Amino acid sequence: MNTTTDPAANTTTDPAVSTTTDPGGLRLDPGLAVHLLRLGDDALVLGQRLCQWITRAPSIEEDLALSNIALDLIGQARVLLTRAGGLDGTGRDEDALAYARTDREFTNALLTELPNGDFAATVARQLAYTHYAVAYYEALGGCPDPELAAFGQRAAKEVAFHRLHADTWTERLGLGTPESTRRMQRGLDLVWPYTAELFDEDDVVRALAAAGTIPSPAPLRPLWERSTTEVITRAGLTVPTPAWQARGGRTGLHTEEFASLVAELQSVNRQFPGGTW
Amino acid sequence: MSAAAPAGTETAGEDEMTARFEALVGAGEAVEPRDWMPDGYRRMVLRQLAQHAHSEIIGMQPEGAWLTRAPSLHRKSVLLAKVQDEAGHGLYLYSAAETLGVDRADLLDALHEGRQRASATFNHPALTWADTGTIAWLTDGAAVINQAPLCRTSYGPYARAMRRVCQEEAFHVRQGYDLMRALCEGTPAQKEMAQDAVNRWWLPAVALMFGPPDTEAGGADARTAAVGAAVSRRAMAWGIKRHTNDELRQRFVDSCVPQAERLGLSLPDPAIRWNEERGHHDFTPVDWDGYRRALGEDTHWARQRVAHRRAAHEDGAWVREAAAAHAARTPNTDGDDIPEARA
Repeated sequence: MNTTTDPAANTTTDPAVSTTTDPGGLRLDPGLAVHLLRLGDDALVLGQRLCQWITRAPSIEEDLALSNIALDLIGQARVLLTRAGGLDGTGRDEDALAYARTDREFTNALLTELPNGDFAATVARQLAYTHYAVAYYEALGGCPDPELAAFGQRAAKEVAFHRLHADTWTERLGLGTPESTRRMQRGLDLVWPYTAELFDEDDVVRALAAAGTIPSPAPLRPLWERSTTEVITRAGLTVPTPAWQARGGRTGLHTEEFASLVAELQSVNRQFPGGTW
Repeated sequence: MSAAAPAGTETAGEDEMTARFEALVGAGEAVEPRDWMPDGYRRMVLRQLAQHAHSEIIGMQPEGAWLTRAPSLHRKSVLLAKVQDEAGHGLYLYSAAETLGVDRADLLDALHEGRQRASATFNHPALTWADTGTIAWLTDGAAVINQAPLCRTSYGPYARAMRRVCQEEAFHVRQGYDLMRALCEGTPAQKEMAQDAVNRWWLPAVALMFGPPDTEAGGADARTAAVGAAVSRRAMAWGIKRHTNDELRQRFVDSCVPQAERLGLSLPDPAIRWNEERGHHDFTPVDWDGYRRALGEDTHWARQRVAHRRAAHEDGAWVREAAAAHAARTPNTDGDDIPEARA
């Protein structure tokens, strides 16, 4: 994980975005594979974090809500990883990508791997992610690939419910008790330095966006800032203005806590080599 | 039975009311929250409902602990959906209990303080991934057999909740069986894990999911059986129960034996064999006294399950307080939508 104050600092992933066909006749697009793997890892890792809440939530309703959200995220991850494995020429399926990579090979944004913290920190992480994800999936819904467009439209609808959940809790906690106000503000302050990475462009994304294959997340940042600011203000809280922004997840440079998240995720699968589930 | 509630109820004596109540229940009519009911009936339904609701939310723990480790994304999704269903069942059942004039927050306090309990089945640890499949196949399988008759139990809100619960439980059993089949068709190490889990969960399913023996067929001595029978008779007279514990236990064993054979797993009871004369499988009677001692409330896992619940509840107190405070200040809500509002 590297920390930088330069918002233009970008990754140096190999811009291999040429579209070719493999001998089996399948369309290959390594650049698109890289991009979809990032989105899939975001969903998988955030879903994994939410799984850690189940049976520990503040009410039974929240156990239910968080498991529902996690279920949607894992479902989205499965679509994205499957597609990525088909496009990168390796033929890896969703489980090969989820269970057989090392933590350094995961490309989720750091935001999604942040430890849960208290309920307010989780709500703050959900707020930041869902406002970004709805905007991005809506944009993806207009891409030329019909399968990917349909996925974007469906995922945008699902995440819109998660966004409503995050908005509602941000407001309840912000306007609840002095303790909840303090915790919610602290949650936002904790999470905000990890939000810029969601909108980063590198050569891969720029090439894909220039070819019209997928939208870039970068232009969505002002929209995200407006919509999150609106919720945070309504909740009587202050939009954090962090002096630094963390980056690294997209190139496999993660937080220290991430290694144990991946170890836990993969533990049973790796204990049984050749196992079928 | 509201249509049958007689005018001038106030003047009827307790005995007469009880006689009318029992006649209506005997005729198969549902008892609704506003109907008059004997105190003993109210207490028995409430006790069963609360224990059932507690078992759903405590029962989320052994499986919930494996959500982060599910070995494929498909299985992770299935397990998430199942644990989510259990939270939902807890909610239906707490709501049904609330129709008897109690509050969910009080019932949770009773659970957290040890005044009420969840099924002791979940006081066993889920040690491997195969335990999640075994719990779904065997303990949910036992639950379906135990609970199917509750869809016709005499207390209306309970019966209606159970119709939804049973549909979902039946699905869990199939998912559990499917998980076990994948393990049994996998590597020898996977199959070994499956057998180990069945060895550990068979007795809890047979014994604890159905409760103590209430006939001598259950293998209890005459005195124990008589005590169980008295309780069951009362519950059956009021239409709360429809079958004895031992009838349901037999039904469960009969259904599991062929399933285990198809999986290629053995059930850890050498006495299981088909009895042509009875038309049922024989099996080893549960050694209740020994089992109860082994499972005393003071075991590590009994404590752990409640401690986990209590910790979640206490950690979440500030969230529930905030939600209640916010709702109280927000027009058009009176806080009723905030569960467990009293932290």
